[in-house]
Amino acid sequence: MSANYKELKKGGFMRQRQPNYFSMRLKSVGGQFTAEQLGTIQSVATKFGKGYIHLTSRQGIEIPFIHLDDVDAVKKALAAGNVQVGVCGPRVRTITACQGNAICPSGLIDTQKLAAEFDKRYGGRELPHKFKFGFTGCHNNCLKAEENDMGVKGGVKPNWSAEKCIFCGVCQAVCPEKAIAVDKSAKSVTLDENKCVYCGKCIKSCPTDAWQGQSGFVVSFGGLYGNKIAVGKNFLPIIFDEEKLFAIVEVALQFFKDHAKSGERFRTMLERVGWEKFISEVEAVANAS
Amino acid sequence: MQADDFLDITDVVCPITFVKVKVALEELDDGQILEVRLNEGEPIQNVPRSLKDEGHKILSLDDLGNGTFTLLVKKGGLK
Repeated sequence: MSANYKELKKGGFMRQRQPNYFSMRLKSVGGQFTAEQLGTIQSVATKFGKGYIHLTSRQGIEIPFIHLDDVDAVKKALAAGNVQVGVCGPRVRTITACQGNAICPSGLIDTQKLAAEFDKRYGGRELPHKFKFGFTGCHNNCLKAEENDMGVKGGVKPNWSAEKCIFCGVCQAVCPEKAIAVDKSAKSVTLDENKCVYCGKCIKSCPTDAWQGQSGFVVSFGGLYGNKIAVGKNFLPIIFDEEKLFAIVEVALQFFKDHAKSGERFRTMLERVGWEKFISEVEAVANAS
Repeated sequence: MQADDFLDITDVVCPITFVKVKVALEELDDGQILEVRLNEGEPIQNVPRSLKDEGHKILSLDDLGNGTFTLLVKKGGLK
């Protein structure tokens, strides 16, 4: 069997320093694996590897010490147990996500559902360089949205209703940005929308549900956390419509394709081409009704 | 408003803060009021929210201006 390393890498085989051995990357979406998949992975690691796996930094699993001669047998065994091979190279990579509002009391959006939908739409798409999506359910940011080429964070825009409010002052105390001022004697509550980070702590702690809100997506672009470190930028208002989010992704991926040199990361391209051009293209889609 | 019991959780950190509040509420009947003294920062971020999640109603919160708050909570007030 000829060692077509490019083909092997595309199919998730990471060359090891030991000749003819590969660390096999498995497909992960949002860091979820079923018990059945784990059983398959265990048996492959035992039979073909060295009896252990490695958990990657982006919620993936790799099985080290797969010999070149076993590649086909391993692929077959994994496929039979519903485990897919992961991707490497210049394309949309593993999509990461926290457990989101299906599990976590802090979660504001269904990160797992979104990660699966993003995988279906964009997973493995060929691009000038790697491109990473990450989903985090709330402002606590367990999944580090801003370190991804495109990060999506759950947020909620709060609305206050005077009728229900008892002016207890909990919202003012819990607001991490000091965006809320409660005047108990004048019976007034004000929100400084410029300071609000959509964390929803006012809503979650309000004893009378005087604070309510609509959940949405806070999107960031151009994060890097490798050779170069850069925090993804957020320049859009919170987005409430999923279809709008998909439209924005398409604009970003197309912009990447159109403007990046081969092997140039999204952020590096944005710095070279100019953020203004990108921002105006994204805003055109985001502001369209 | 007169509290039926008083609890100071300024000397403990999460998760003991809420555990102590839960234990204190266990001793009360529905409708009775617990006064809790707690710190700014993490306790004020989490204790009121956890109380709401468990069906107790916060009646008032006073900022004592020294990094602590006094919270009045009615047991089972949201049920």
